[in-house]
Amino acid sequence: MQPQEATSKVLQNVQSIMEAPLPRGYLSYTGRMLLRFVLTVQGLGAFALITMGVAITKLNVATHVIRPLIRGEIHRAGVRLLPVVAFVGAALGFVIIGQTVALLHRLGAQEYIGKVMVTVVVRELGPLVAALLVLARVGTATVIELGTSRAHGEVEALEALGIDPIHYLVVPRMVGMAVSIFALTMYLIIIAVFSGYLFAFIQDVPLLPGDYVRQLAGALVWEDFVLLALKTVGFGVVISIVSCFQGLAQPLRIEEVSGATTRAVLHSIVACVLLDAVFIVVFLLM
Amino acid sequence: MSADSQTHDPLIELISATVSQSPLDGSRPVEGVNWTLARGDWWVVGGAPWSGKSDLLATAAGLVSPLDGTHRLFGRDVEQMEDDEFVRERMRIGLVFENGGRLFHNLTVAENVALPLGYHRNLGAVEAAEQTAAVLELTGVTRMADSLPSRIGRPWRQRVGLARALALRPEVLLLDNPLGGLDWRQTVWWHEFLGALAAGHPHFDGRPVTLAVAVEDFRPWTGCGRQFAALKDNRWQPLGGRESLKDTSEPALRELIEAGHP
Repeated sequence: MQPQEATSKVLQNVQSIMEAPLPRGYLSYTGRMLLRFVLTVQGLGAFALITMGVAITKLNVATHVIRPLIRGEIHRAGVRLLPVVAFVGAALGFVIIGQTVALLHRLGAQEYIGKVMVTVVVRELGPLVAALLVLARVGTATVIELGTSRAHGEVEALEALGIDPIHYLVVPRMVGMAVSIFALTMYLIIIAVFSGYLFAFIQDVPLLPGDYVRQLAGALVWEDFVLLALKTVGFGVVISIVSCFQGLAQPLRIEEVSGATTRAVLHSIVACVLLDAVFIVVFLLM
Repeated sequence: MSADSQTHDPLIELISATVSQSPLDGSRPVEGVNWTLARGDWWVVGGAPWSGKSDLLATAAGLVSPLDGTHRLFGRDVEQMEDDEFVRERMRIGLVFENGGRLFHNLTVAENVALPLGYHRNLGAVEAAEQTAAVLELTGVTRMADSLPSRIGRPWRQRVGLARALALRPEVLLLDNPLGGLDWRQTVWWHEFLGALAAGHPHFDGRPVTLAVAVEDFRPWTGCGRQFAALKDNRWQPLGGRESLKDTSEPALRELIEAGHP
């Protein structure tokens, strides 16, 4: 038997298992879910490695085509999200930071204000909220776009023209989303911090702007800047890889695109939370 | 090398090949394909719908590997090629898809045609504009250059698919059911244009383009095709030249020749 034929038979077996009616037994159900999880992780891992490889090896290939695509993605995932990020940042500042400042003041623990701000906003909420906004606005659209392209055979058309679909479709999205989430997080943190102070000011908390900024600066350490940059870029990579994987990496019919979109959202959220947990552990170990 | 051997050197070879684009969907592959597409040929491959014509062209173009057998491009075994080399050789082959050419829906007609030029020659939109305009003019779609594919009719999309495939000036052009759903006016244009390509079009500096067309009905092609073959019962069946085609007594093939597919 030819290796390709053997692979095809194995794939057929796996496919038939995945498409079989839902088994009634709890153990069978768990086994099937486990198999699906392993297959997804394996597929995502392979897809991520291929994308990284293409991004590095084709860094200087077709720059006149790829760079405008990256700029377009930054515009779509970054610039166009500025208004909503500004709104969410302001709301976050009012709702969470403003209340925290007021509460700490009532408890007489004003000296912890900077620490709480940095921990809550800079390390956790800022990157995660920016990533979720990009996922909701751009990640879902990416799955639909790529899924539709795949269903209409446009990916094969790219291959027929000798254009690497990963290089043309995935790499610009990955770079664009990574840069966008990093920039949006900075923007969101700045707005949240200032709107938080505004809320505290409205509540008559006796905290001078200079003291507030000094506390924030004192609570920040160099690791915060490094991990913030790595984390936001990581979120961008994760969301783009998961979205593109769901849209591209398997043959899709047009009616399956909505299901792929739902999966991409769920997988992205889980992957981002897990990545966030890894960064927390790294920070605690440093 | 003599002029005659240059004319007939093999460009695409499938030897004892089994081809199937989607082995997971349960469709039966086409077996026993022994096809040599030589320079200057004009093959017409007929078969009923779902007989595997598109799979055969996709395999010949190198989009999918044969399940079995040998695939050679320009004299070299595909299995022995490095990735970069394989892509380079594949760019010498143009493929026109059926049903509107599978154009990129988010790009305009001009951008669709400019994409392969921009990608492979690293040209910006302005630099590629002149070459793009020449190909659009060649295929008669200049006036819809700024339209999205969804805004133009299917016959014109098919032509844009042809323009895109010709942008890199391929040596071999594979066309999947190019006349499907076209009116007689469009059909005449395609015949004349492909005839000019096969004879040596000035746009290609008079160099003849080797052609292979997959069809569901032989009749429009009996006057222009030079070699004929059919896919029947998932088998490759070479029929020979025009004269042999007329002489065939195979009932299923006569249907393709005389009355189209059922």
